[in-house]
Amino acid sequence: MNKYLTPFVREMPPSGIRKFFDLVSTMKDVISLGVGEPDFVTPWTVRESGIYSLEQGQTMYTSNAGLPKLRQELSRYMNNTYGLEYDPEDEILITVGASEAVDLVMRALLGPEDVALIPDPSYVAYGPCAALAGARVRYVPTRAEEDFRLRVKDLEKVYTPRAKLLVLSYPNNPTGAIMTREDLLPIAKFVEEHDLLVLSDEIYADLTYKGVHTAFASLPGMRNRTLHVSGFSKAYAMTGWRIGYVAGHKDFIYGMTKIHQYTILCAPITAQHAAIDALASAEQAKQEMVKIYNQRRRLMVRGFREMGLSCFEPLGAFYVFPNIKSTKLSSEIFSEELLREEKVAVVPGSVFGPSGEGHIRCSYAYSTEQITAALQRISHFVQRRL
Amino acid sequence: MLSTEDRQLLELISQDCRLSPEELSVQTGLSPEHITKRIKQWEDDKVIVQYHPHINWEKTGEPQVAALIEVKVLPQRSFGFDKIAKRLIKYPQIKTVYLMSGGYDLALIIEGKSMQEVALFVAEKLATLEHIQSTATHFVLRRYKQDGVALMGQEETPERLVVSP
Repeated sequence: MNKYLTPFVREMPPSGIRKFFDLVSTMKDVISLGVGEPDFVTPWTVRESGIYSLEQGQTMYTSNAGLPKLRQELSRYMNNTYGLEYDPEDEILITVGASEAVDLVMRALLGPEDVALIPDPSYVAYGPCAALAGARVRYVPTRAEEDFRLRVKDLEKVYTPRAKLLVLSYPNNPTGAIMTREDLLPIAKFVEEHDLLVLSDEIYADLTYKGVHTAFASLPGMRNRTLHVSGFSKAYAMTGWRIGYVAGHKDFIYGMTKIHQYTILCAPITAQHAAIDALASAEQAKQEMVKIYNQRRRLMVRGFREMGLSCFEPLGAFYVFPNIKSTKLSSEIFSEELLREEKVAVVPGSVFGPSGEGHIRCSYAYSTEQITAALQRISHFVQRRL
Repeated sequence: MLSTEDRQLLELISQDCRLSPEELSVQTGLSPEHITKRIKQWEDDKVIVQYHPHINWEKTGEPQVAALIEVKVLPQRSFGFDKIAKRLIKYPQIKTVYLMSGGYDLALIIEGKSMQEVALFVAEKLATLEHIQSTATHFVLRRYKQDGVALMGQEETPERLVVSP
């Protein structure tokens, strides 16, 4: 039946992660560092609010944009945290995870004439979503020597007058890199000079371990050029609830809401009620999780450095991205052999783009016991290769 | 007020006091020497009072009974609560002594091998003490959670995908 698929879908490569997932699934007793979601369960108060809303019979559609109360709370949250002002009436749209928001931004802003600029390495969905919107993609390389921060010199090299949208995703999956306000200012200048729009995916913003996160939209002149995308999955351990949002100029939000109303209608109401509670009462639980991630982060960076691999210090998200070039293996071969020989699952860096080659992504959303055991096994593997 | 670093150290130790200064150092970013010094200071100052494992005795099959005793004390001139509490804490059967606000004065937790043993202790030793006006004994039927740790009804660990983006 393959022939019935559109040529575009037929030829679209599946996510490299999927391939690896299938391989891991066939094996037993694997310690996995391959997961891109928190190991914590959603804080109880948030779960309880979801359950309570069900008990109250809150099982209907909400307005397309999402529950007004949730939009109001988000508006307040973004104002308090970043000094951003978004009108809950028409500048915030609640989506099914930040993933839907990414898709909506691409589809609302990109067409066949346009080019999207995407940092490399980065989350696997940006390129395919832009391509599904009909646009072309140019990847902007980032490197370990520069802590995987996006640089204007690299943007200039790939820039084309057809470029319309720049994707930013910091703290970054897979590298754990962050961009400080100082790092972002030249990017903002570049965006202004070249009249670009920005999709800033800040889903990991709360998981920043040094300094404070700067929202790109809060930089001078960037508010109306930026679609600020985030969600509850990472900071509140709510991946399975599928609840995210996008904030931006009302014309953009209006356009995206039209797509959203025909394709999704609204984000699940239970998740919306739970999200309201997350903002209202899970701040302490969130801080507690951040603190624990930070302890594990240190444990992991030190573990990789002690086994002789160079590992830049990631200051955000929950990933480390050690350099495995000294083993003379490609990241894919490294990951496959590590899995077969030591039963540890990591994700090859190449899955996230060509600049990820020579690295592996290891998540520290695991208990310290699991991390310690995994590090020991990886160390044995590496010692045999060096 | 504790500094953020001190609080983090104490929290880590309170969760697992077997962590070595080196292990604590990796997780906190503080030097092992600093950590050793800090812990020694806390031990000397009785901030860290004791290191002990948290045992769920019910699981061992060992007979063990606990009771919460409400105690009303007869207030008398120059014989305050502290004085009677000082007498009570000497009994090894009494594990906990609190001064309370509300309907009674002292709350005790007493442990023994049987209900009879606890009841006898209350009747013969405790109730007969001078200045104790009355006691009310409440036996513990089941422990669901103690010192922040759930002892039963633990949720199963939900399964995550092994690899995800």
